[in-house]
Amino acid sequence: MKKQIAKRIAELIIILIVLSFLTFLLMYLAPGDPAEKRLSSQGVAVTKEVLQAEQERMGLLRPFMVRYGEWLGGIMHGDWGVSFKDDMPVAPKLVSGLRNTTILAFSSLILALIISIPLGIASAVKKNSVLDHIVRILSFIGNALPNFLISVLLMYFLCIVLNLFPVVADGSLQGLCLPALSLAIPMAGRFTRQIRTEVMEQLDQEYVTGLRTRGVREKDILIHNVFHNASGHIFTIIALQIGTLMGGSVVIETIFRWPGIGKLVMDSINARDYPTIMGFVLIMGTIYVVINFISDILYHVLDPRVEY
Amino acid sequence: MKKRKAKLRKRVIIAAVFAVILVLIALFSGVLAPNDPYATNSSLIRQAPSAAYLFGTDNLGRCVLSRVLIGARTTIASTFFLVAVSFLIGITIGMLCGFYGGIVDDILMRIADLMLAFPQMVVAIAVAGILGGGLGGAMIALGITMWTSFARLARSHTLSIRNEPYITAARLQGKSGPQIMLTHIMPNILEPVLINALTQIGTTMIGISGLSFLGLGVVAPQAEWGSMISEARAYIQIAPWAVLFPAAATVITIVVFNYLGDAVMEYRKAE
Repeated sequence: MKKQIAKRIAELIIILIVLSFLTFLLMYLAPGDPAEKRLSSQGVAVTKEVLQAEQERMGLLRPFMVRYGEWLGGIMHGDWGVSFKDDMPVAPKLVSGLRNTTILAFSSLILALIISIPLGIASAVKKNSVLDHIVRILSFIGNALPNFLISVLLMYFLCIVLNLFPVVADGSLQGLCLPALSLAIPMAGRFTRQIRTEVMEQLDQEYVTGLRTRGVREKDILIHNVFHNASGHIFTIIALQIGTLMGGSVVIETIFRWPGIGKLVMDSINARDYPTIMGFVLIMGTIYVVINFISDILYHVLDPRVEY
Repeated sequence: MKKRKAKLRKRVIIAAVFAVILVLIALFSGVLAPNDPYATNSSLIRQAPSAAYLFGTDNLGRCVLSRVLIGARTTIASTFFLVAVSFLIGITIGMLCGFYGGIVDDILMRIADLMLAFPQMVVAIAVAGILGGGLGGAMIALGITMWTSFARLARSHTLSIRNEPYITAARLQGKSGPQIMLTHIMPNILEPVLINALTQIGTTMIGISGLSFLGLGVVAPQAEWGSMISEARAYIQIAPWAVLFPAAATVITIVVFNYLGDAVMEYRKAE
């Protein structure tokens, strides 16, 4: 077990190094010259001399690997480079964006679980009933809805037709509701389906029959045994959604102007501010890889029968 | 069991009929569109749905119905193209890896693992953003991670049949590796990989219209559902139809293709 974990950690480190390399390569291959971009985005008239001086100053004339090494070294020390747009360091912007994105992501996850756990269990218990069919149709449609569509529809019906929420999410609790709900709906669709399958599988197990014959109440079996056994899988189900959640949060934050890292990256893309985009890719990739790693370990801890 | 099978078969056929209708609409959208989807008309801006403009008009007086129809072509065609290219690249790489094994297999599969280690939409947004938008850029951005699922599937199926007697027989006949792959391996692994392609259509459509919505996909004025919704949401209070019709089209299309994928998968499982 310890050996396995050590091996996984070694793999993790290699993946992270490759991730940083690919991120740097992406920026290196990006069309256009960063010095020119930087100057023109700051409104400086680009002449040959100015351009060359700027290239020199930004260290663009040195070999690729040297630049990569320096960039990576800087990252390790918390220096994530300087934004092309306003010459401010990138790291604090990313951190503050990440904080808001985490708030949004967690609220939407919790919301999705609140919706999907009861629905998933109920439709598994009452398999093929009217309720089950309705839940299945709803979760199917929820799963098929793109995030941007849900948010536009929610905005229209809840903000404009019913006038319940503010249109712009200014970081307040009320502003959090709609973006979190937009992210939660497709996730809830997927969770419900998976929880339903999982609970149905558990209900078919012999221990359930055993408990029933011993006269344990159905409600107790469900809560104490079935759900308890199924809950290990919920971590895996959530971990599988992290990637979608990250992509979705970019869209949702842009629409609702939620000041998270997704909105930051869209603003940076529009301004061609590469250091911020690189920081975004690196942070999101790292979080994704680490969460997957933790969920694998957790899965093992929660269910020691699982082998690697 | 037989009854269940027949029921599943019926589901597949119904879903397939709807999918074919959608594809036909996309193919013949040029003929079906009642008005020019790009013709602007300043005297007819944001008109509510009427007999002349069934879905109303948008901010520039363009016919929303015609744009939804032409947009079907953009969305469906680019989705199919992207899935087809990923399918071809993936199945080729997968067969090569499974058939030859060795160092090529190791390298290509490590690359595939790496691609799977990144969140797809995050990569797509970053790549499309750096490529500077455009439908081509968006498709490249999504394709970077998409081929991996096909490659892995094709590889595992190739591995499972590569030591079958008929493959050995073909080898003994003196057939070359590529020949064996084309005539013996491909027909036998095609079905699971094709089904995977079918299930990817819905996700890909969400990806393409999502990128277009963010302004990283199709360039205005080309009609595409994601970008139409993005444009029209600014004046949704005044002309909700300009958002709701492309939205409905998106949902219906994704639901139909997802349903078809699910139905085919369940049908296969029941066998």
